[in-house]
Amino acid sequence: MDVIFWSRIQFAMTAAYHWLFVPLTLGLAFVMAIMETLYVVRKDDFWKKTAQFWMKLFAINFAVGIATGIILEFEFGTNWSNYSWFVGDMFGAPLAIEGILAFFMEATFFAVMFFGWDKVSKRFHLASTWLTGIGASISAYWILVANGWMQNPVGTTFNPETVRSEMTSAAAFWEVITNPVAVSKFCHAITSGWVTGGIFVVGVSAWYLLRNRHIEFAKKSMLIGAIVGLVGSGAVMLSGDSSGVHAAEFQPMKLAAAEGLQDGGNGAAFTIVPGIKVPKMLSILATHNPDGFVPGINDILNGYTDDEGNVVPSVAEKMAMGREALVALSIYRTTDDPSEKAEARYALEENVQYMGYGHLEKPEDVVPPVGVVFWSFRLMIGLGMLIALVLLLALIAVWKDKLGAWKWLLRAAVVCIPLAYICGQAGWIVAEVGRQPWTIQGLLPVNVAISSLSAGAVKTTFFIFLAIFTLFLAIEIRIMVSAIKKGPETIKE
Amino acid sequence: MSYTFLQNYWWFLIALLGGLLVFLMFVQGANLQLGNRQFSDLQKRMVLNSTGRKWELTFTTLVTFGGAFFASFPLFYSTSFGGAYWVWILLLLSFVFQAVAYEFQNKKENLIGVKGFRVALMVNGFLAPFLVGTAVGTFFTGSDFTVNKVAITDPSSPVISTWGNNWHGLEALGQFHAVLLGCTLMFLTCILGALYILNNIDDKQIHSQVHRTVKLCILPFLLFFLCWLVILLVEVGYAVDEAGVVSLEKYKYLHNFLQMPAVLILFLVGVVLVLWGIFQGAFTQSRGGIWPAGIGTVLVVMAVFFIAGYNGTAYYPSCTDLQSSLTIRNSSSSQFTLQVMFWVSLLIPFVLAYIVYAWHQMDKKKITPDEISDTPHKY
Repeated sequence: MDVIFWSRIQFAMTAAYHWLFVPLTLGLAFVMAIMETLYVVRKDDFWKKTAQFWMKLFAINFAVGIATGIILEFEFGTNWSNYSWFVGDMFGAPLAIEGILAFFMEATFFAVMFFGWDKVSKRFHLASTWLTGIGASISAYWILVANGWMQNPVGTTFNPETVRSEMTSAAAFWEVITNPVAVSKFCHAITSGWVTGGIFVVGVSAWYLLRNRHIEFAKKSMLIGAIVGLVGSGAVMLSGDSSGVHAAEFQPMKLAAAEGLQDGGNGAAFTIVPGIKVPKMLSILATHNPDGFVPGINDILNGYTDDEGNVVPSVAEKMAMGREALVALSIYRTTDDPSEKAEARYALEENVQYMGYGHLEKPEDVVPPVGVVFWSFRLMIGLGMLIALVLLLALIAVWKDKLGAWKWLLRAAVVCIPLAYICGQAGWIVAEVGRQPWTIQGLLPVNVAISSLSAGAVKTTFFIFLAIFTLFLAIEIRIMVSAIKKGPETIKE
Repeated sequence: MSYTFLQNYWWFLIALLGGLLVFLMFVQGANLQLGNRQFSDLQKRMVLNSTGRKWELTFTTLVTFGGAFFASFPLFYSTSFGGAYWVWILLLLSFVFQAVAYEFQNKKENLIGVKGFRVALMVNGFLAPFLVGTAVGTFFTGSDFTVNKVAITDPSSPVISTWGNNWHGLEALGQFHAVLLGCTLMFLTCILGALYILNNIDDKQIHSQVHRTVKLCILPFLLFFLCWLVILLVEVGYAVDEAGVVSLEKYKYLHNFLQMPAVLILFLVGVVLVLWGIFQGAFTQSRGGIWPAGIGTVLVVMAVFFIAGYNGTAYYPSCTDLQSSLTIRNSSSSQFTLQVMFWVSLLIPFVLAYIVYAWHQMDKKKITPDEISDTPHKY
């Protein structure tokens, strides 16, 4: 296994661990902010204690999210050196905004939220709780602007003088920050966090009800958790729909892999599981047209003509144009002859959109691991729908006062807590494994994005980080379970 | 706004963030007191809860410092982080444990015990300032790397920035001058930590102990700092001309001080303030030494960054291939990106204002033994 493999596996592992902790932060932040708002508005100490209990669990989770987050940021540089240079100019402004607007907001107001109960006024404390959640969400937006750009690199110009992608105008900046892929990714990720936060609160409350403990606390927490989770579920479905349309438009190979679609066509069917298909459904999901054309893996490899008559070249043709671009770039950078330089620049500009393909060895390199993406996609959708159903039933049960009678629902809600995490991980596998081999779609494949390190060095750090993150996860689960077992009274240590 | 102005402006902000980061490393310095055998467990918890309300600011400043380098000087980010791999990984490891240590250390379910996480905080207290100082020290000694942008067209060896040895940054530990700066920072943050505790905690026994810490650290701090400074002023530096050609220049950093008198004044004022803060902490009953020492630290670090990058100087020199050295001209983002970030950076005073306000609100009541015994909201 080479350095590319270990760099990929290290980044994937860090991102996967990070995403174990972030969704709960995003969701629980708003649950406890709503609870604290009820405390301030109704002047009812019950809500203060309730908010404080969930805040305790929030704090345990928040710390590990920060620990894994800093590794992710620095791994861009340590393990993906070429990538850092190539995208640095594009990510500069979004990262500056994230750092200045979001990071400090989160850090400052988290401390006030956690320690400030007896030190600042009620309203300042409430504002701090909301600002902690808002800061986390703003941070998510800007990092997903960066991620969205990697999936759909808009507003960029390749500069042969600097050998990188650059942003050259206000219009380009606007394109980057309103990139439709980034917007739908943000909505999808942030609202999936609400679902995770919601089902976590519902599940923990259900556990108390099953044991006949903290009944009022559990019922009221469940109501708020179910509402936040259901709003999140609805938004996840809507943003998931637009993610599908964007994948069809900008990353057709990812969609083809997610569907296991070898040969596409008009009126394509959606595969629920192998052997069970819904006619025309894939075309509806991908193009919002029952007869829309959806390319399959072979169509993309061999080239095709889309519904609007656009001819998409085969991967082999793109590779040939990419290699011409790389040769032209090399000549441009090394020649002193002005006419040769001008010719090279022209050839580069003609083929630059396929430059990334020039680094591939064979056309099949553009096909991601189909089985992994296919089954992750189904796992994500299946679990997402199950969780939405449980949240809906939990809301009905609270509303109709059926919680005592529907024990099966309470058990299902507890089981849904780990399922929400599996669902979130599956979603990111679809998004990130589905875009392989590209770090930046069409422009920079993983084999060119790396740092000049030995496989042994990266392998060593992979196992170090794996051991540390696993230790942290084990500790977090133990502390969290212990705090839950003790119940809301743990706030009076 | 010209490209040159924007590049200089962003180097200024990097310097400012660097200065704030070193100042905020009082958290690391204060955590070293967890190893003080004269402290009871309650007193150690007071120290933990005092730094526990600030550690996120230090952490966030580190993240923003890294992010600002990525955003404004991405060639440094890709060259140094991908090249000096082990130095940055060690630094990250120490910070990763710090991030969870506060929350986990006092929980019996934490698998490695109270001591385990407190030791992790102390390791971070030693290692973080030492590694940051040593890494910044290489801004003056040079590192073993080459930059070749055409490499990206070569499928067999596409990496633009390559490191020249397999130590990947650990070789800096053998560079005497760089290590001196690492040691300087370690003792400085230890002093800043003691001054912070003096200011933030109400406990006479703790005060007498941290007074002692300040006194103990003065001599090694001054020794390391003066040795580093003298070598800096007499050593050969890395100059860059208008055409971007890098060459060696004798007494380059001394010349930089003399040719930029404002930076020299900034440096001297900073040094005086640091010494004044230390004097207050060591030899008077004043509890405010952290403020002059903190402000002085920010000023001195900024001046150090200025002489590293301004006045035609390569801030990240390559001792393997002089022309691969990074300057604020050849390693920055494009003019447009720097300009967008310039407008964003105008929000910094607003951010600083709310941090100061929140900090002031939280610190109005100093930490007392009663607070740690009675409040449920603590580490």
